[in-house]
Amino acid sequence: MPEMIWHHTLQKIRDCGVQGFVYLAVLLVSAVFVWMLADLVRGGFAHLSWEFMTESPRDAGRAGGIASILVSTVLILLVALVTAVPLAWATAVLLTEFVPVTSPLGKTVRFSLFVLAGVPSIVFGLFGNAFFSIYLGLGFSILSGGLTLACMLLPILTSTAEAGLRAVPETYRLSAAALGITRTAALIHLIFPAAAPALAAGLLIGIGRALAETAALLFTSGYVDRMPGSLFDSGRALALHIFDLSMNVPGGDMPAYASALVLVSLLLCINILAMKLAYSLQRRKILT
Amino acid sequence: MNANQGAFTLGPLEAGPACCVPQPVVQVKNLSLQYDGKMALDNVTLDIYKGCITALIGPSGCGKTSFLSAINRLTDLIPGCGVSGQILVNNRDIHHASSQVQVLRRQIGMVFQKPTPFPLSIRRNIALPLNEHGITQKAEVAAVTEQVLRDVGLWDEVHDRLDVSALSLSGGQQQRLCIARALALKPEILLMDEPCSALDPIASGVVEDLISRLQGRYTIVIVTHNLAQARRIANYAAFFWVREHAGQLVEFGRCQHIFESPSHELTAAYVNGSRG
Amino acid sequence: MHIDHLLAGILRAGAAVAALVMLLILFFLLYESWPVLTELSVFRFVTDTSWHPLERAYNLMPMLSGTLLASMGALMLAVPLGMASALFIVFFAPTHLATLYGRLIELLAGIPSVVFGFWGLTTLVPLINEWHPPGASLLAGILVLTLMILPMITLTAYTALAAVPEELFRNAAALGLSRWGMISGVALPAARTGITAGIILAAARALGETMAVLMVAGNVVQYPESIFDPIRTLAANIALEMAYAMGDHRAVLFVSGLLLMLLVMALSAVAGLLEKHHHA
Repeated sequence: MPEMIWHHTLQKIRDCGVQGFVYLAVLLVSAVFVWMLADLVRGGFAHLSWEFMTESPRDAGRAGGIASILVSTVLILLVALVTAVPLAWATAVLLTEFVPVTSPLGKTVRFSLFVLAGVPSIVFGLFGNAFFSIYLGLGFSILSGGLTLACMLLPILTSTAEAGLRAVPETYRLSAAALGITRTAALIHLIFPAAAPALAAGLLIGIGRALAETAALLFTSGYVDRMPGSLFDSGRALALHIFDLSMNVPGGDMPAYASALVLVSLLLCINILAMKLAYSLQRRKILT
Repeated sequence: MNANQGAFTLGPLEAGPACCVPQPVVQVKNLSLQYDGKMALDNVTLDIYKGCITALIGPSGCGKTSFLSAINRLTDLIPGCGVSGQILVNNRDIHHASSQVQVLRRQIGMVFQKPTPFPLSIRRNIALPLNEHGITQKAEVAAVTEQVLRDVGLWDEVHDRLDVSALSLSGGQQQRLCIARALALKPEILLMDEPCSALDPIASGVVEDLISRLQGRYTIVIVTHNLAQARRIANYAAFFWVREHAGQLVEFGRCQHIFESPSHELTAAYVNGSRG
Repeated sequence: MHIDHLLAGILRAGAAVAALVMLLILFFLLYESWPVLTELSVFRFVTDTSWHPLERAYNLMPMLSGTLLASMGALMLAVPLGMASALFIVFFAPTHLATLYGRLIELLAGIPSVVFGFWGLTTLVPLINEWHPPGASLLAGILVLTLMILPMITLTAYTALAAVPEELFRNAAALGLSRWGMISGVALPAARTGITAGIILAAARALGETMAVLMVAGNVVQYPESIFDPIRTLAANIALEMAYAMGDHRAVLFVSGLLLMLLVMALSAVAGLLEKHHHA
């Protein structure tokens, strides 16, 4: 027996060691996260003002604000969503409602999107440059940037929508069919409303990804920081603005901090909202 | 730990003592259990006798499983679970500051309703708990493994594939592996929470036979919904009932007494199938 | 039921377009890199003196090694930290702290790479510079990449660990296993495939990451002698030179993009197979 007690004491010491390492790691990660946020807030807050949001950049971004950048960002985002959302949701509806999980069509589409999800963003940039900018002749424009982003968003939008649609109870479909309602009508009146929070959460995640993207836009939407006149003009996204200010513009640190703060706050809001939606969904599923 | 110390697990099972002595190993005194302040088990006092099989019977939700979990302090794992009263195992209070819960759980094995082998090989399923309790010598681990697999009648079925995943076994084999895993630690007491109810009738019969052969060597407390099974294998029976959402012990006695001439009318109604 | 057929047709068309995007990407990468793939010997990517695209020397190896070193370094830091984070959430933390930390990690996952790069450039690089100049180095790249892939490893490991059935833990406890015995003997083996898949996906992410590394790693084409030497990764190289590359130079950049994509695709295929195998 004493041997066993001794063994268990050794185990206790080992358990404490592991626990110590785990707590240390968690402390380290949290500290770095807080450090980074604190840096951004401290660096950016002083430079942040109403004028910063409403004026266009001057002197390569050292002075002025980010108004034209924000407009370009929103336009790129809109182009991407307008293209990607219908395609992605159509694919998701097809995969959940119209073809069996194991059908060749379903498998092919799913595999293709799985591979697409793994493609690095710089490769999307290369593709966008070759296809949209040069082959289709769109040049460096908001349109080609937005379309490139649309390709990037397809997998995440599809998989979130598919998960949301699958979570709708089968009884909805069966009872609708039993009442002689067409699948189209059931989809519009029953299934889409039921899956709406999940679709919204997926949409928000997609928006977050799009706002965070830089590499895919480098040689598709371009660097021009003027207010865009049309979708065929080049426009600089906010993330790209941060990159350009910090790497290519000596003395651009202050506006870069402020832009980073704007971008991170925006993304935090979007992600928290998405998380809230997703978690409330989970809770509802547990309750019912 | 001397390998021969617990000689009662080694050797063919048929050769063990088959009697049971009315000598209490576990003494439960005024045990009450609460989940988040809601009473689940109300003031149970009960002795478990050495070498006997004690069946806990009664309707669902009457606290049988909670009672079982209290004996090896598995209730510690449930957040918001409060235990009051006293449980003595070999006259030692299990909640006493000097009791190590790991040592207690080695002394008291437990088998659950759902066969739950770890997602490891068959060999590793038995070796892991042994290693954890300081038995690390390969030869000793191998000897114990063979012994307990023989004890549960699994050796002939799996001895040539000990390194395949335990999940590849059938349900009945998995449950026997779980019993073997518990026996490997040479426990004195085995707690069984409906060990046959998730199995098909044939596998259930095999496991039931095994349990009745364990009688005499181990002190067994078994929860079962199957009254016929309780009657076949148990020496003692404890009948629990729910009053105002809390489980209570209604009657405890020899199996024959509980099933044939119960003193309480609820017990009579339950064993005759008119209630619960 | 006519409208249902119409809708199904429209949906099929949409799905076909979505599925074609992948083919289109592959096609255009091949199309753009075709001139070099056919005219230059592939061996030149290995045997050329170095990377001097203007003098038509196209050795990709220094940058490939930079990519691999940065990714492996980041994995070596992020795997223990990420696993510890996941274990903290599942086993060690009280409930409210676990939720809080989980949210924190999720938010960390949403921070754009350019912000990590910017923070690395303004904070980490000067710090490393004080310690061992020049600052912009393999080490800075590794640290920034670590921060970027850590949430991914944590979240996938957390999901895999949370999916381990509760009964296994009850059984382990009933056998008197210690906490670490339960984690290392039962939980980690049970969640092994999910955790491995997550680590592989994180590796793929690290290989393909552009902006953050571009901003902090110094971008000198060389085999680093220590972690304080600057390096250039394949992805960073594309971002740096695409703007002015012409002819063969441009085509070689597409070749490196193709190479990067094949690497990443191979990794995600392994991860996908692992998960499929696990579910089957």
